[in-house]
Formats: sequence, C-alpha cells, structure tokens
Amino acid sequence: MRVWNFLKLYTALVYFFMFAPIVAVLLLAFNSSQFGGFPIEGFSLRWFYKLWENEAIVRAFQTSMLLGAMTAVISTTIGILASLALVRYQFRGKNFITTVLISPVLVPETVLAVGVLIFLRWLSMPRSFLLLLVGHSIIALPFVVLVVQARLTGIKKEYEEAARSLGASPVQTFFQVTLPLLMPAVFAGALFAFTISFDNITATIFWRPSGMETVPTQIFGMLRNSVSPEINALGFVMIVITVGVPLLAGGLARYFSRKKV
Amino acid sequence: MAETKEFDARPWYLLAPSLLAIFALVVVPMSFILVYSFYENVDLAVDRVAFQFGNWQELLTDGYYRTAIWKTLRLSVIVTVLAAVLGYIPAYFIAMTKFRHKWLLLLLLILPFWVSFIIRTLSWIHIMGNQGVINGLLMWLGLTDEPIKMMYNEFAVIVGFIHVFLPYMILNIYVSLEGIDQNLEPAARTLGATPWQAYREVTLPLSLPGLAAGCLLVFVLTGGSYVTPLILGGPGDFLYGNLIYDAVVVELNWPMGATLSFTLLVLLGLVVTLYSRLMGMNQLTKAFSQ
Repeated sequence: MRVWNFLKLYTALVYFFMFAPIVAVLLLAFNSSQFGGFPIEGFSLRWFYKLWENEAIVRAFQTSMLLGAMTAVISTTIGILASLALVRYQFRGKNFITTVLISPVLVPETVLAVGVLIFLRWLSMPRSFLLLLVGHSIIALPFVVLVVQARLTGIKKEYEEAARSLGASPVQTFFQVTLPLLMPAVFAGALFAFTISFDNITATIFWRPSGMETVPTQIFGMLRNSVSPEINALGFVMIVITVGVPLLAGGLARYFSRKKV
Repeated sequence: MAETKEFDARPWYLLAPSLLAIFALVVVPMSFILVYSFYENVDLAVDRVAFQFGNWQELLTDGYYRTAIWKTLRLSVIVTVLAAVLGYIPAYFIAMTKFRHKWLLLLLLILPFWVSFIIRTLSWIHIMGNQGVINGLLMWLGLTDEPIKMMYNEFAVIVGFIHVFLPYMILNIYVSLEGIDQNLEPAARTLGATPWQAYREVTLPLSLPGLAAGCLLVFVLTGGSYVTPLILGGPGDFLYGNLIYDAVVVELNWPMGATLSFTLLVLLGLVVTLYSRLMGMNQLTKAFSQ
C-alpha cells in the first residue's frame, strides 16, 4: 500500500507539472498589471478588449479559423474515403498503403515544409493561402485516417449488406447507413484536423506568404521582446476554442445519446 | 459473381485522392530535396542548376554542422529518457487504478494535445522567468534577493520539450499496459512471486512495446523541431532543425537548406526504420486511434 501511495503522489505531481503552466497562462489573462508576468495585481478584462482592438491579431485569428475549417473539410473528406477502402475492401499491398497514408507524420515536419517549398519554387509558384491549406490538410490526414478507421472497424458490415440486399445503391448505402453511423468519427476527425491546423507553427512559418499571419505565427512574432499580457489573453481564447469546443461537443453527444436510450 | 476474382478497382478510387495528395506533397517534395542538394547557391535566394557536391562537402567538413547533429542527438536522448522516467509511473497508475473517475485522468491526459503548442511552450516563461512563479516564491520566502536565471538555456528547452511531448509517452505506455490481461499479475503472485517480481517479470516486459513506441515518438519529434529552442533557449541552444530554419528562412540558401533537410530526413528515417524492423508499426497507430 505504501508503494501505491507513492505511485499516486508521483502521478499527481506529473499532472501538476503538465497543468500548472497552462493554468498560469489562464490566470494571467485576467491580470490587470501592464506586464505579462506575475504577480497578479487585480482582475481585469482590459487585455481582451485590447485583443479585440488589435487589427493584426483579429486578422490572424480570421485566417486561422478559415484555414482550420477548410483543412478539416478537406482532410476529413479524403480521409474518410481512404479509410473506407482500408476497412471495407481486401486488396493487395494494404499494409504498404496504410504506411503511405500515415507517412506525412513519419516525415519530420521541418523537412516536409522545406520539401514542399522547394517543389513550389521549382514550379515558380508563390507561397499562398492555398499552400497553407493543402499543406495543413496533408499534415492532418494521417490522424483523420487513424480516427475514422478505428471507428469504421467497429461498424458491422452487416448493416451495409442488409441495406444493399434491400435494394439500396452503394452511394445510397453510404449516405443513409454508413455515414450516419460514422458521424461521431467524422466529427472527431474534423475537430482533430481543425486543431492540428489551428495549432500548427512548425510548417506554417515556412509556408505562409509574407504578410499573412496565423495565430501561432502572430504570437511567435510578438514573443520577440517578452510575454505581453495580450498574449496571455490570446492564449486564453485559443485554449477555450481548442479545448472548450471538443469538450462541449463530447459532453453534448453523451447527453443526447443518453437521452435517446 | 465472376467479377469478384478479378481486379477490384473500387478501393483504389476511394484511395486515389489521398494517395495523389501524398504523392504530390510528400513523395515528390522529398525527391526535390535530394535534387536541390546538388544545386549551387549563387547569392541570396539565387541558385543555379548544377550537379556538384559543394553543399555535401560543406556539411561533412564544417564542424558547425557536426556540432548541431551532436547537440540534437544529445538533447533528444535526454528528453526521451526523462519523458520515459516521468511518464511510466503515471501510465501504470492510470492503467491499474480502481478509481471510479479513471476517465477523468484519461481525459486530462488528452487535454494537453488540444492546447496550443506555442502557448504551452511560452507558459514556462511564467513559471521559470524572472517574473515567474518560482522566482516570485523564492523572493517572497526571502531565500533570494534577485531572481535566479532559469530561462533561455538548455534546461528550459528540455523542460519545454518534456512538457509538450510527455502526453505522447504516457498515452503509449498506458495503451500497452491496459492491453495486459489483468489476471497475469495475480497468477504470478499465487505462484509465489513477490509483488515486485510479479511486476518485473510479467507486467514490465509486456509494457515495453508501448514504452518503445513512446520513446520513438518523443525522440523523433524532438529531433525534428526548431521552434522550442527559439522560444525557450539562448543563442547557443540550437538544434539541427534551427540550421534548416536559418538556411531557408534567414539566409535564403535553398540548396544548403535542402542538403540539411535531406540529412535530417535520413537520420530520423533510420531511427524509424530501425524501430519498425524491431517492433512493427502497429503499436504506434494504437495510441493514436484511442
């Protein structure tokens, strides 16, 4: 039992290590002091107003949201198609294809970023929003495939076969049977893809056209001097979006699925 | 249905968009890196098509690049080992606990993945910086009059990396521990093993695949990054990725950037290949599909 208590304490300390810095950012977002660090001098929302008034940040925010949403749509769409092929069909070289599909994770992001950039340079194409979009989509694709694939394996093939034997076309079967059953995975995959895009900095620094900033690159640029209180407020907003939205969605999903039963 | 024995094109239609995208954005660019590494850099952002080994020669002879490779290897090993040491026990605890709200511990483990990387990294300035929590506490307690310098050195970079990559480690170890038959350890106990023996000879070996997967991920992710040292490190704390960043973004020396990138790809690729030969890729995909 003494050993167990030691394990418990150890685990608690590791969790503390993981969350204390994040909590510090969340608290400092409401600090009225004009400096970004401690001590906390009082409660204030002024840094959120400042954020709202900062045109560069608002623009970066819009870019990131649009980019994240479009990345989610693209990578989820092609990811679902690929997962269907992997789970529902037998074909030669499946293991190899699976490795190819997760290869964007296996290549270091820095290398991937430089490679794509050099290819683009060879094509004499300028860096653009489109580059960020396709680039983020390819980075998010493996995660979408893994999430959707895991879920798809759990959906019995019999449902689809029943629909087919009752006269539904393959397309009808997909939209009326498979897709509704797959919806939780679609949402999970899309949220995952959105977060990956919204959070990406490693490749984005290389790919963004000059003058275009996403939220992470904007923060990175602002960090040169010190952590300003605005960065803390921005951090708070980002955490609310990337943590709050999935939690809320998951909570709601659980609530509704319980109600049904 | 005589058709079933013939070639079925349907899965390939479904795979086509993904495979095309990966071909255009991963396969082709990787070949371009290799080709560009033989080009010659003439001036800022100007390069000449050539087949010469100047960049490779520079890479192999200039001690600066070797230092960077060495530094990166050293730092990646330190981060990986510390993450394993810090991560194993929590993973074990979560897998074995009978705590009713175990899901909460798991949820908390996944949450950091959703918190922005750059926010998690810069948050350490609030902890270890001159106006950080630790210095504030020390000065308040009267243990020191001036803030102790903890930031912008290798230590801060290591802490930042561990903080960001620890959840990968814990999750991977947890997945392999969770998959172990719960009756094995009690069985070993009834056969006369002490709790420690039962753990060491039954559970520990079975958890090694997860530990290996976690170590691989942390090692490769650390070895390929460049942003963390820029935020938490001092001028002397650079990784191999920082050289790539400098070559491409600062000096606009594309051929050298390509040479450096290709080397990093090969070095980290060797690690991944070695791992997949030994362990296979299944363990890795398991943790992600949780």
